[in-house]
Amino acid sequence: MRVSLTVNGQRREDDIEPRTLLVHYLREVAGLTGTHVGCETSLCGACTVLMNGRAVKSCTTLAVQAEGAEITTVEGLARDGKFHPVQEGFWEEHGLQCGYCTPGMIMMATDLLSRNPDPSEAEIRAALEGNLCRCTGYQHIVNAVRYAANKMRAAKGA
Amino acid sequence: MNRFEVLTPADLAHAARLLARQGHVALAGGVDVIDLLKLGIIAPATLVNLKNLPELHGIEPGPRGLRLGALTKLHEVAEHPFIREHYTAVSDAAREAATPQIRNLATVGGNLLQRPRCWYFRHPDVNCLKKGGDRCYALTGLNRYHAILGGGPSFIVHPSNLAPALIALGASARIVGPSGERSVELEKFFTLPSVDPKRENDLKPGEVLVEVNLPPPPAGAKSAYLEAREKQSFDWPLVGAAAMVASDGASRTVRDARIVLCAVAPIPWRSPEAEKEIIGHPLDAERARAAGEACVRGAHPLADNAYKIAMTKVLARRTILKAAGIEEA
Ligand SMILES: Cc1cc2nc3c(=O)[nH]c(=O)nc-3n(C[C@H](O)[C@H](O)[C@H](O)COP(=O)(O)OP(=O)(O)OC[C@H]3O[C@@H](n4cnc5c(N)ncnc54)[C@H](O)[C@@H]3O)c2cc1C
Ligand code: FES
Ligand code: FES
Repeated sequence: MRVSLTVNGQRREDDIEPRTLLVHYLREVAGLTGTHVGCETSLCGACTVLMNGRAVKSCTTLAVQAEGAEITTVEGLARDGKFHPVQEGFWEEHGLQCGYCTPGMIMMATDLLSRNPDPSEAEIRAALEGNLCRCTGYQHIVNAVRYAANKMRAAKGA
Repeated sequence: MNRFEVLTPADLAHAARLLARQGHVALAGGVDVIDLLKLGIIAPATLVNLKNLPELHGIEPGPRGLRLGALTKLHEVAEHPFIREHYTAVSDAAREAATPQIRNLATVGGNLLQRPRCWYFRHPDVNCLKKGGDRCYALTGLNRYHAILGGGPSFIVHPSNLAPALIALGASARIVGPSGERSVELEKFFTLPSVDPKRENDLKPGEVLVEVNLPPPPAGAKSAYLEAREKQSFDWPLVGAAAMVASDGASRTVRDARIVLCAVAPIPWRSPEAEKEIIGHPLDAERARAAGEACVRGAHPLADNAYKIAMTKVLARRTILKAAGIEEA
């Protein structure tokens, strides 16, 4: 079955089996392995990507459901070799240890900040409720999102 | 996951004809369908993707109430200012459901039609009553999350927390099938396992849930939805309660009320007994407490879920008071 969609700004058309999950399409067909597969049951959030600007779990989405959509993965965030502020936040605030959950966390945080540029700690935690981390205890992740929020607002104000 | 094909009809009548065929299953957000496919609990030959059917889209508020297309996403319901103001219970229930990523995909129609979360039903190797087997394993097995009301012969609880809120506000569903269309009160749409343990509602083969319609709330009505869970972050409710309370301003006399419980019965459980306790009376904490007691008067707990009785009483009381805007002492 033919699907056409945009991944990180690039138009693609591919022949796939209808049962292909979006995460497998991204990793195995598009070759973008930044999106991780954890639970594969829509619980852990490791597979979070943006579909038309909204975070979704790509392990419980068929690639054919993304027909005509714009998908953004963690590989699509950096610009001109420079980290996106959310990525920078995770780097500066030690928002990761093993890194397994990180791409999903970053995509969910990117969705949050696109809608709410100045989230409270409670709002950050609520937004990340569908993303599990086994390493950090979350506090550094919350700090990373705060860092990104401040940075993005400063850049806007400038 | 079995192999299947995906069809995306652009015409409602065509979709209904396809869905009337053996092995054809509707696909909305896919959150539940894809889970069930992965578990092998369904193995359809064809998924019928509803996304190109224009009749299923859109939120339309108006003087005649509110129309929610079946493909409306839960995040849209949660964020819509008109829904938050006039149908607060619905907005709150949608916001409590699942996680942001899931609310971004999950639809109103799919939420109402999702299959139960019972671990026996969802276990690929267990052939329980709901899958055509000969017994409900929850009856003698692990049943802490199961029904205390309306159970038998299966003891699942209905998983949707949106449904009780919609029923509390008098919702009806418009359904189109191969032989025409019908409108059914959402309250009557869900069916008990004593009618047929294999299904949870009255959707017939070939039928498409097109939209949910809410009448304008009764004059002076306010509503609320609350749920109790095992953890703060996303989780299924152990018990939930939706309440609509319409009362006269100063005297607080309740003119109309609806109380509908979540996760206590195989269907969203309306409690006329509780409503009777408050209708016609000035509402106060004592009345709300009596309504909470009335909710569980006919309850039959299983070995591990008697806690739900106490929890239901408290939650029903709190939800009624919250809807009425009364602070608890
Ligand atoms: C981790 C997690 C937590 C969750 N927590 C909650 C919660 O707290 N509360 C809650 O209520 N839910 C919860 N859910 C369930 C979730 O809300 C539902 O799975 C989702 O709403 C299903 O909607 P969908 O659009 O993805 O439906 P789909 O999976 O696409 O469809 C579900 C069913 O409905 C049928 N169908 C869908 N639309 C139509 C239509 N218009 N006409 C005819 N048939 C149709 C499909 O064939 C299928 O049988 C949770 C799910 C997960 C994974
Ligand atoms: S891999 Fe998708 S939610 Fe865990
Ligand atoms: S950094 Fe290891 S799971 Fe989050």
